[in-house]
Amino acid sequence: MDIRSALFYIFSSILLFSAFRVITVRNTVHASLFLVLAFFQASGLWMLLEAEFLSITLVLVYVGAVMVLFLFVVMMLDVSVDAIRVGFWKHFPLAASLGAVVSLELAGVLMGGFRVSVVRPMMLPEGLPAPQGIEGLSNTKALGILLYSNYLFPVEIAAVILLVAIVAAIALTLRKRKDSKYQNPGEQIKVKSTDRLQIVKMAAVIDAPSLPKESHGAEGGLAAEGPKS
Amino acid sequence: MNVTLAHYLTLGSMLFALSIVGIFLNRKNLIVILMAIELELLSVNMNFVAFSHYLGDMQGQLFVFFILTVAAAESAIGLAILVLLFRNRSNISIDSLDSLKG
Repeated sequence: MDIRSALFYIFSSILLFSAFRVITVRNTVHASLFLVLAFFQASGLWMLLEAEFLSITLVLVYVGAVMVLFLFVVMMLDVSVDAIRVGFWKHFPLAASLGAVVSLELAGVLMGGFRVSVVRPMMLPEGLPAPQGIEGLSNTKALGILLYSNYLFPVEIAAVILLVAIVAAIALTLRKRKDSKYQNPGEQIKVKSTDRLQIVKMAAVIDAPSLPKESHGAEGGLAAEGPKS
Repeated sequence: MNVTLAHYLTLGSMLFALSIVGIFLNRKNLIVILMAIELELLSVNMNFVAFSHYLGDMQGQLFVFFILTVAAAESAIGLAILVLLFRNRSNISIDSLDSLKG
């Protein structure tokens, strides 16, 4: 067994173990950390497959961005573990048999048809107008040439998809807090004395308030007789 | 014995089966379901990269590139919806998502 096969078996066994732990571990934070481990193993496997750019991209994008987002959300939400583990063992036989069926079917088909061990040199199919001399380049350079020549419009569409995702995520989670009181420093600085104090022009002498002339009812009579007594 | 294409494809299929089992097991937990979807996409990407390496076609790796883009967008929006859900319901149990039921 050469070194590449040994590395393949090491990486894939750790990958399967960590994927298994992702779906069975109790704590959700541990699940996301096991998912990080799984992504690292997959990155090693892709490095074995000579897809260097994608393996680095997997670590940067998934471990660096997506999994950090997952960890943020998991730690921000206060989720009780016991409430969401209800029915875990009840679904276990169905899930295990279904997984075994899927795995055996896929593996049966694939092991029968694809025992390819010869690695063909990297090239493009005949139909596409290939850029000049893509065969001898490094993986990153070949990918970049191809991405910006034949696949320029899909790159633009991917950029638009990312923009839509940014706008949607912000618009979904944005809210204005109604219960918080705060000062606006700009308005505080711009304030003038006329905004705070209003001077009302009025005459210096005012007329004496007119007394009630006639006492019509009971209250009027009482009020009129009050000062006399 | 060298590692053939079938080894990588078998690994991808086992990973896919594990993630499907994860979706079935953690029916109540929306976060773990999102993680299992990420694992599924990873297994699909593994198949793409393996085919691209063994058949000598660069376009498989390009497709993985676009799948990564869409998966990142999907997980961002999914987590935003999750946060919104927790804010409104103060739990993330899937059983409480029945307000559209007549």
